[in-house]
Amino acid sequence: MTRNIKEKIYLLIVFAFTLIAVIPLISVISYVFLQGISAINWDFFTRLPVPFGDPGGGMGNAIVGTFIVVGLACVVGLPIGIFGGIWLALYGNNKKGFVIRYAADVLSSIPTIVIGIFAYVLIVLVMKRFSALAGGFALGIIMIPTVTRTTEEMVKMVPRTLFEAGLALGLPEWKVIMRIIFRTAWSGIFTGIMLSVARITGETAPLLFTAFNSMYWNFAVDQPTATMTVQIYNYAISPFAQWHAKAWAGSLTLMFIVLGVTLLVRKFSRRVHYG
Amino acid sequence: MIKKALGVICAGLLTASMASAVVINGAGATFPYPLYLKLNTEYQKATGKQINYQGIGSGGGIRQFTAGTTDFGGTDAAMTEKEIADAGGDVLHIPTVMGAVAVSYNLPGVKDIKLDAGVLADIFLGKIKNWDHSAIAALNPGVSFPNKPILVAHRSDGSGTTDIFTNYLARVSTSWAAKVGAGKAVKWPVGVGGKGNAGVAGVIKVNEGAIGYVELSYAMENGLSVALLKNRAGKFIRPTLDSTSAAAAGALEAEKTRKMVNSGDFRISLCNAPGKDSYPIVGLTWLIVHKNQKNAEKGKILKDYLRWVVTTGQKYAPELLYAPLPETVKNKVVSAIDGIKI
Amino acid sequence: MRSAGDAWFKRIAFAFAASIPVLLLAIIVLLVKQSWLSIHTFGAGFIISSVWDPLADEYGALPFIYGTLVSSIIALIIAVPLGLGCALYLSEVSRSKTKEYIAVMVELLAAIPSVVYGLWGIFVLGPWIANVVQPFLRSIFGFLPIFQGPYSGLSMLSAGVILAIMVLPTITAISREVFNSVPNYLRESALALGATKWETVKIAVLGPARSGIVGAVILGLGRALGETMAVTMVIGNRPEISSSVFAPAYTLASVIANEFAEAVSDINLAVLIELGLVLLFITVVVNGIARLMVWRLTSKVKARP
Repeated sequence: MTRNIKEKIYLLIVFAFTLIAVIPLISVISYVFLQGISAINWDFFTRLPVPFGDPGGGMGNAIVGTFIVVGLACVVGLPIGIFGGIWLALYGNNKKGFVIRYAADVLSSIPTIVIGIFAYVLIVLVMKRFSALAGGFALGIIMIPTVTRTTEEMVKMVPRTLFEAGLALGLPEWKVIMRIIFRTAWSGIFTGIMLSVARITGETAPLLFTAFNSMYWNFAVDQPTATMTVQIYNYAISPFAQWHAKAWAGSLTLMFIVLGVTLLVRKFSRRVHYG
Repeated sequence: MIKKALGVICAGLLTASMASAVVINGAGATFPYPLYLKLNTEYQKATGKQINYQGIGSGGGIRQFTAGTTDFGGTDAAMTEKEIADAGGDVLHIPTVMGAVAVSYNLPGVKDIKLDAGVLADIFLGKIKNWDHSAIAALNPGVSFPNKPILVAHRSDGSGTTDIFTNYLARVSTSWAAKVGAGKAVKWPVGVGGKGNAGVAGVIKVNEGAIGYVELSYAMENGLSVALLKNRAGKFIRPTLDSTSAAAAGALEAEKTRKMVNSGDFRISLCNAPGKDSYPIVGLTWLIVHKNQKNAEKGKILKDYLRWVVTTGQKYAPELLYAPLPETVKNKVVSAIDGIKI
Repeated sequence: MRSAGDAWFKRIAFAFAASIPVLLLAIIVLLVKQSWLSIHTFGAGFIISSVWDPLADEYGALPFIYGTLVSSIIALIIAVPLGLGCALYLSEVSRSKTKEYIAVMVELLAAIPSVVYGLWGIFVLGPWIANVVQPFLRSIFGFLPIFQGPYSGLSMLSAGVILAIMVLPTITAISREVFNSVPNYLRESALALGATKWETVKIAVLGPARSGIVGAVILGLGRALGETMAVTMVIGNRPEISSSVFAPAYTLASVIANEFAEAVSDINLAVLIELGLVLLFITVVVNGIARLMVWRLTSKVKARP
């Protein structure tokens, strides 16, 4: 084979593989859009699921439930992630820091379903009840490594001179950290948080036996709650065409939220971190 | 800024949790799930009380009830004495409706196939692998079967439907009883697993050549073909409401069964019941509750709900293809519910 | 001078930071404790036993370990060439605006929720695999046992393909980063010596990036091993080791998803938790190896300007 032909084959393969790689995305998005749009209407966002055979209905409770569970996850995950990240960036250049960083790395590689088992044993069995709280706890743990890592990186990027200038003004160190350093790093940290929120919004596995599911509106954190992903799963594996349509519509709504957040965040920040 | 956001979230969650009404949570059998969904929706409309039932499988229904994570459970496999002891001993089985387990398949253009116990067992044992097998053809003269491999679909979760189905197979086929046995979850010789009745019906629906067992309403509502099964009287019977009720009537003729019902034990088997119109694979489904309710408020709601289910609620059963309880049984059940201590 | 506020701030921040290893420890301890019944009953034989008989309360992990590993390997066989091709396109070939769009699209693949892939897998991918891919494979490679048996959309192959799509963004993004970290003078020297683009890539990019690529691949493997929902929805959920990729299988993650809430007996529940422990162990080891490899490469060479 001449060098010229090899060169052509190389380029051809690279182009072809790139093309094949984007086909699934186009297929998934177009199916979700085309199948989902027909089942989306106002009722879908505002009504409860209806029994099989009854017309109409929606998954309003699941949409609200997802927001509640994700909100709870933030309450669990953000303080640990943000303060943990700040500590690592400022005081973590030692053995303790190494251990914590290593633990965060290991935590991020644990499959989410295993985190779900942990939440079941620790919260559901103890409270003797499935609850939004248990689901939020599981998702919160999943957030921690990403938020910690982003916060650490962003705080480290703040110039040292800013820190010293603050101290020179006579402010105590902790005020300098919260008022100056944290604020400067905030936009980067926020990006990490939003990407992490987008990711947990799409999580199903750890919710199956923590947040469980509900047929009704639920605003109580100590009660089982419906979430979009679990509802989509239940509808997807059902045999009823009416429920399949709801699964597609739910997917469209979910993708709209998740991809929307991802794209927006990406637009506003050049550096994108995946956890 | 972050503090403010957290404050808002916390405050929101607190107000939200205070506004909650009492919800009774139950989970279990998927076999009656479409009906319970309907019943609970109607019950909420009528009384404003929220009963949340999730179909996770009978095995799960018993486990979560035993672990105390649900207020009541649903199962189509009666709890064993050991399971009852694990759950605290004071377990009451409340039968709600009866249903047929339909043998459902996906073969375009081939309707109403007839099967007997032996062939059915051989299919699920993996001895009959192809639709054009001579044993199937022998039962269906005049029907031409395609040369297609059989894909057996079964449950992947602990299931009362599986319990009813495998109990039937174990009773009618010695090789099934020896090799596999009966229970909520068994070691399947062949096939693919689907989660819940819905999952199995879903597998049958999208895979040509598939055969599986699902509660009747899952098959009918979904337009799946069902097989006619040979009963004890030698007739091929289609699973319907009538053939389900006929099986219950047949089973209640037995002295032993009548005695159980009269003594308030409703864990009766309707499997392979006598009677010329009886469909052979029929089962009761139960709600399981504690006889001594710890929480007075919840106990009262639960009691009212159960009474409604076995009386007024029965009228919703036929349209979803579940057979209502026979009158003789119903009266006994109501007095059992009245005996629940709050 | 340090104020009391500073000391407190440091303490509070440290408490939050330290809760991360504490959580990790708690997860491991709790899982071991809850699965002790199973560990104690079945011992080490659990890992190599392929019996799964809930009725007799006999359990073995092998079919699930096998299903997890094989579906992930199929995913890598498909995703590695595609991902590397894509990364080469993004880092070496294209200089146009299209490149940015392609990069965004591949990133979006990573953002699609698993359950949506599963839904798509049931209704679009599965039927396509059963009706097109499997007949095609059998017609050409039918003499191999791995491509024999009845066609089915619920199969090891479907799970492998869907996992391939899900790990593609990981492999692409990290390979691209690794390629970008190869210093430019290597490329320039190769080009100056009269090498074609392909020769330049082969000598000056793929060579030095080798261990980084392996790291990217293993990181992709790590993601595939723990993936749950999409796989559960297409793999057929059958605990059996079959020679054919057309046959259904089961993975560690999907058996937990299916049976955890509905385990029949105490020992059954303990077994499922032990399967979770096995899964945790496998993914943590695989990810550890991957991180080490990526880190070794990217920390050694400076990023290109």
